[in-house]
This record gives sequence, C-alpha cells and structure tokens, in this order.
Amino acid sequence: MVSMLSYDFMQRALVAAMLTGLAAPAVGTYLVQRRLALMGDGIGHIAVTGVGLGLLTGWAPPLTAVMVAVVGAVLIELIREKGNTGGDVALALLFYGGIAGGVLVVGLAGGSAATLNTYLFGSVTTVSPSDVWVVAGLAVTVVSVSVGLMPQLFAVCQDEEFAKVTGLNVRFYTLLTSVLAAVTVTVAMRTVGLLLVSALMVVPVATAQQVTRGFRVTLGLAMGLGMVACLAGVSMSFYVNVAPGATIVVLALGGFVATWPVGALLRRRLRRSSPTEVRAVHDLETVPVTHPHQHGDDCGHPAVLHVDHVDYVHDGHRHTAHDDHYDEH
Amino acid sequence: MTPIVQVADVVVAQSARPVLHGVTLDVRAGEVVAILGPNGSGKSTLVKAMVGLLPLSAGMVQLFGVPLPRFDEWNRVGYVPQRATAASGVPATVREVVASGRLSRRRLLRPLRNADRAAIQDALDVVGMADRATDGVAALSGGQQQRVLIARALASEPDLFVLDEPTAGVDLPSQEALVETLRPLVERGATIVLVAHEVGVMHSLIDHAVVIRDGHKVYDGEPPTAEQPASFHGHAHPDRPTVHVPLTGRWPW
Repeated sequence: MVSMLSYDFMQRALVAAMLTGLAAPAVGTYLVQRRLALMGDGIGHIAVTGVGLGLLTGWAPPLTAVMVAVVGAVLIELIREKGNTGGDVALALLFYGGIAGGVLVVGLAGGSAATLNTYLFGSVTTVSPSDVWVVAGLAVTVVSVSVGLMPQLFAVCQDEEFAKVTGLNVRFYTLLTSVLAAVTVTVAMRTVGLLLVSALMVVPVATAQQVTRGFRVTLGLAMGLGMVACLAGVSMSFYVNVAPGATIVVLALGGFVATWPVGALLRRRLRRSSPTEVRAVHDLETVPVTHPHQHGDDCGHPAVLHVDHVDYVHDGHRHTAHDDHYDEH
Repeated sequence: MTPIVQVADVVVAQSARPVLHGVTLDVRAGEVVAILGPNGSGKSTLVKAMVGLLPLSAGMVQLFGVPLPRFDEWNRVGYVPQRATAASGVPATVREVVASGRLSRRRLLRPLRNADRAAIQDALDVVGMADRATDGVAALSGGQQQRVLIARALASEPDLFVLDEPTAGVDLPSQEALVETLRPLVERGATIVLVAHEVGVMHSLIDHAVVIRDGHKVYDGEPPTAEQPASFHGHAHPDRPTVHVPLTGRWPW
C-alpha cells in the first residue's frame, strides 16, 4: 500500500478513480430510474468524435469531448421526447455515426490506435496534475447537482406526467440529467474509457437495488459501490499488470453477481404471498355464488394482475370478481 | 362564482387526428364529476388536456379562473395519472413517492419543513398507508399502489383532484377502499374530477356525470342510476327496452 502511494501518478490515479466512482453511479441512478440504462453507452460513442476533434484541432480532448457529448446527449433527449417510431433508429444512427466519425477523425489527425485506445478503454495511470483538477471540478459538480436536486430529479424520473402537473419544468430537468450524463462520460473517460463508462453508471445501481427498498439509499449505496470498485480496480492494476478500466468494470460486475443471491432471496420472501404457478385457462365457467369469502388484499389468496383486472389464485385456478360471483380465468 | 374548471370548445388532436371534438364542461367548487365512456372514447384525453398534459388545437381551459398557459398555482391541483404501477426502474419507498407530491409547495434546495412532513404524514394516514411508509412501492398490491398515487396527489393539499381511471385494474375491495379514501375529501369540500369506465361502487360519491363517446360529449347531468346504467358502455339507449343480462356467464360484449 505504502509503495503504491509513494508514486505521484498512482496518487492522481486514485483520486481520479475515486471521484469517477462517486459521480458515475449518481447520474446512473436517474438513468436507470427512467429506464434509459444504455444512454451512457450512446453518449460514450458520440464522445469519441469529440476526442477526434480535439486531436485534430489541438484543443484538449476532454474539452472537445465534453462539448460534443453534451450536444449528443441533448440530441438523444430531443429524439426520445418526440417518441415516434423512427426514434430508435435515429438513435442508432447517432451512436454509430459518433464512433465511426471519431475513429476517422482520430486517423486524420495522425493519432495512432494506441492513442485512441487510451480514450476508449481509459488510461488512469497517465492522468496529469491538470487532468486531476478538471476531473475533480466536473465530478464535484455532477455529484452536488445529483444529490442537491434529488427531490426534483426523483419526481421527474419517477413519473414525468405527474411531475409536469406538479408544476416542475420537466424538460429542463430531463435535459439536465442528459447533460450530467454527458459530463460524467467525460469524467470517466480517463478512468474506464468511453466504451465501458456506461457499465460504471449502471452496474453499481443494479447491485445496490438487490438489497434496497428506497431511492435515497439506492443512490448512496451505488455511489459507495462505484467508489470501492474504482479504487480496488486501480490498486489491483498496480500490482497485477491488467488494464485498470476493465478491472474496475469486472469488479463491479463481480459485486453484482455476489449480491444477486441475496436479492433473489429477498424477492422470494416478498413473493411468498404471490403465485408462482397459475393455470392460465380462460374457460369462464362460473363458481357458485356460495363462495365463502370476498377476495381482497388480505384474504390470503395471491393476487395477480390479469390484463385490466385482478384475479385471485384459488386452488390452482384464478378467480375474477364478476358482480355477485367469481369467474374462472 | 367562477367554476373551478372551465373547458370551452376544446379540440385535441393526436398525430393530426382529432380525438376530442369541441367539448365544453364546467366543474363547480365542491362537485364530484365522473367522466364516463368506453375505451378510446377520449375521456382520458379530456382530463389530460384539463391539466395541461396535452396541447389544445382549439378552445380554452381555465383552472380556478386562470387560462391554462398562465396558470401556475399547481399546488392547488392533485393529479393521479392512470398507472399500472407506482414503481420505476429504481426502488422507492412509499414515503419517497408520496413526498414527491409535495414539491409544488417546496422551494429549490431547501430541506423539508415541519409543515411538509405533516402534510406527507397526513396524506399517508388518509389513504391508510402510514404503516407501509418505509416499504418499497414495488412490493405492494395494485390497489395499494393506487392509494400511494392518491396520497402523492394529496401531499400538496390541493383544492382540485383529477383522477384518471382510479378503478382500472383494481379489485372490488380496493375500489371500495378507494371510495372510503375519497369520501373524507369530499366532506372537506374538495372538488373531484374522475375518469371511469363505469360508475360502479363510486355511485354514492358522484354528483354529476359526463359521458364522452367518440370524442363528443353525449351526456351531462345526473349520474346514471343502478337501474339505468346509461354509462355502462358509454351512452344511453333511450328508445330500447332494458335488457337484463344474466348474472351467470359473461357479458355479451
């Protein structure tokens, strides 16, 4: 441990990794809540063009990457907001255009495959002192906005329509989430790389969810897990000659695999009052009116949502309330 | 007195096809109005236009006497959208979901005040979910999740409630529980607009029924009685004798 910390480059790598590990799951929680877990991946693809433009123009690649990523994230959000059937394909065009254009521009700028690799898969041990300040500034901004605006962001990501009727500017907050995601992609670019950044945004959240019931706890736990995975991944890569980005992601996934049985157990306990095997027959015969009780929340018979109504599982078949009797579904 | 909700000649189009054709409707203070109609009749479109979720192609909506584009007292409106579940991609507790209904009365970056906590607790008490406050919403039954969404609307202490199909997909005991949840609000003088497929167990609450069919208002007046279920599939059959559907087997439609 002491030997690792005696190197300046390792100190910087650990600081950058810690901040990335905190920031990525903070934004990732909102993306997962909106069921947009792959959005970070799309932004990462688009940011490759930003890196290329940086190498071509001689500007700092993180700066151009963050600009292009923000533009891309806003575009993704606007396409998604329109919600028409072509949106899905439009997003695919944007993502692959981003990564192909990026690789092309890097080539034009005379960049080698090795240069490109440091952005695609991260290169945390080459973080310069000025990089640390940029990463720190961006990460602190992302974390403070994600945590400070938690009530608003939670409401918007939970239920957009309700949030609108409560007077929130839903468009502002959804665009803000996208911009935060874009900034996070750039922050994580040096640590895990553009192709793996989405994993760091999503996997700790998936792990935390296995054991949590509340949003705030999930957010906090995901940030903690992300930080631990990043610090452990960078440390491991110091002692064993492996790529830090991939190590971080594999560790994070390992955490998920390790907690999954716990989650499965908790879910099973919850489901004990719900059905596992239901004979799905629609023979619609009628159960006599003399059914001993009215099915409800606490009659002990498991409830199943069936298309537009609730059935109650009763001796291996399903009861549906129909006036004064139950139909068999 | 100004009606709480004024809907005047409202036309709503979705992808260039009109869904509502010039609907006019007034909701007065303290009234409980049921908007009835078959699936696809435009009844949900009407309430969504009423709370500003859908743009109007023509006509005007006023809430509390203020035209919708200028309306900003959203804490006076409690909206319960039609949802199969109150859960999202990340776990959330009952209290967290209900607290999100309080945002219209909170300022940015300020912690919850005592009045906010009290209102959230009161909302949980009214729907009978206080003992489940720290449970995850995903673990609740459909009827319980519906009550959580009602508590969320209650948290801003609104004067007007708008409920979109609160009885869809909810079993009979939960529908009855819903009526008992709404009754104290009615007694406190709340104005309620609710969308339903049929009057059903809510009959005793409703003062005024509006039936929408194919985007037109076809009935506006007293709620249909149990003997004459005018609303049952969205419209009255005035010239035909009542057909008694046998109570066994399935309905003929």
